[in-house]
Amino acid sequence: MTVSSPRMPVRWHIGVFLAPAVLVYTAIMVLPLFGTLQLSFFRVVDGRDVFVGLDNFRTLLGDPRWSASFWNALGNNFWFFLIHMAVQNPIGILLAALLSNPRLRMRAFYRTAIFVPTILSFVIVGFGWKLILSPIWGVAPSILDAVGLKSLFAPWLGKEEYALTTLGLISVWQFVGIPMMLIYAALLSIPDEILEAAECDGITGMSQFWKIKLPLILPSIGIISILTFVGNFNAFDLIYAAQGALAGPNYATDILGTFLYRTFFGFQLQIGDPNMGSAIASIMFLIILMGVCIYLFGIQTRLRRYQF
Amino acid sequence: MTPRPATNSFGRALASHAILIAYTVIALFPVLVIVVNSFKQRNAIFRSPLSLPNSETFSLVGYETVMAQGDFLHYFQNSLVVTVASLFFVLLFGAMAAFALSEYRFRGNSLMGLYLALGIMIPIRLGTVAILQLMVAGGLVNTLTALILVYTAQGLPLAVFILSEFMKQVSDDLKNAGRIDGLSEYTIFFRLVLPLVRPAMATVAVFTMIPIWNDLWFPLILAPAEETKTVTLGAQVFIGQFVTNWNAVLSALSLAILPVLVLYIIFSRQLIAGITAGAVK
Repeated sequence: MTVSSPRMPVRWHIGVFLAPAVLVYTAIMVLPLFGTLQLSFFRVVDGRDVFVGLDNFRTLLGDPRWSASFWNALGNNFWFFLIHMAVQNPIGILLAALLSNPRLRMRAFYRTAIFVPTILSFVIVGFGWKLILSPIWGVAPSILDAVGLKSLFAPWLGKEEYALTTLGLISVWQFVGIPMMLIYAALLSIPDEILEAAECDGITGMSQFWKIKLPLILPSIGIISILTFVGNFNAFDLIYAAQGALAGPNYATDILGTFLYRTFFGFQLQIGDPNMGSAIASIMFLIILMGVCIYLFGIQTRLRRYQF
Repeated sequence: MTPRPATNSFGRALASHAILIAYTVIALFPVLVIVVNSFKQRNAIFRSPLSLPNSETFSLVGYETVMAQGDFLHYFQNSLVVTVASLFFVLLFGAMAAFALSEYRFRGNSLMGLYLALGIMIPIRLGTVAILQLMVAGGLVNTLTALILVYTAQGLPLAVFILSEFMKQVSDDLKNAGRIDGLSEYTIFFRLVLPLVRPAMATVAVFTMIPIWNDLWFPLILAPAEETKTVTLGAQVFIGQFVTNWNAVLSALSLAILPVLVLYIIFSRQLIAGITAGAVK
């Protein structure tokens, strides 16, 4: 690069550096996303795409057959998310708080072991738990028997009233490592001086956690919540691996991801419908976008960040 | 740190260990049950699922079925090709874009950064319908190329975001010294900056790799053919077919667990260091 004139030369290298990432990202991610939104306004009539406005959405929300499935999937999805928020994140915070004690022995072992389920694929987790909870095999009943609770056993994955909660807890089992690690990192980044000052004031142990550490890690808890939200409203794999595309029993575990898959791709007697699939994907997009906006503008800006 | 008052610190440590051990058991037990039982005879699997295999009950019949019936070696190779190729492109393209965004001031810089960061929050799956149409139009259905393209796009946003945070920390003096010595911008990037952000690249690699290796959605939709099945999809289909053959199912699950587990044990230090470093950013 030679500077021959006093004016800024065209800096081609910026374009060269940016081009591959921007091109791939735009072509494979952004354009298809808008393409999908666009498809949701069309319908195939006599082999041609015809613009139908909001008709697909009207069918989805108005036609009793469609809307029953849709609201079922949406409600299940919210329950799935609530289980994660109520179980996964508190357990993750508790484990992280215990691990962050610098004088605890075997920290590395616990960290490594508890993170193992997170690296396993959904297929392993789904099938593995299906086998363990299966009444045929009897691992779960014999464990419950050992602690004298055999009467509590039920084929949880096969019962409509328990199946979704069970799957939610399996998913919590799989992903608890992520909030644990992120909170652990946040706790480690709290400067020692602050904790020492707290100790000088006699704030130790539990009250130190509630009064000093928890307020400092609130931004991380916010990030975990939004990651959980996006992950849950986009979930599919675990339910598909454990219960199949029909999300049995009797659609009790159907969430938006499996509903989208069945609608778009078809399953058994149902014929795939890309336009209705796009409509569902568009609604999922709106839900996730709403969640992200609530987080960015409603929560993140109100959380006080402390600069150390 | 100043030593804390010794009162009940022993009790507290004991309680911490009790909770952590309990949770470790919960985390590892299901994995162990699957792996241990895969080495047992069918009878023993059902009669005493919680005992270790002994000389009487030890059997590899499940593994024999898996090896004979499923083409797992081939699936494994597909997964490896897809993961390594996507990882290479994510790291290369991501680092280049991150360098452009963090190094140069130009019009639209922060807008470009925001545009690329959007993909962190919006999952690529929502565009699946149009992605499939695109791949059909390009004749890429049932090719590994389709998966590599999708995963590259999926991994880029987070890669650009994390890497540009790290590249801002590379000293300006070093780069300017390079410029005075007449190095081109490309040489500065490849020879000076890239080696310095290697730890960040490792973080991004781990974050990118796990979801790609474990993904079921895109292999199912874009590349379900026998020749292009990945391990995750292959295991899913195999298990679906052999549902009543418990030996085969448990062995297939164990085969899917073991490579990932071995890799994880080797790299867990870097992985955890990466997550904790990335989170502080």
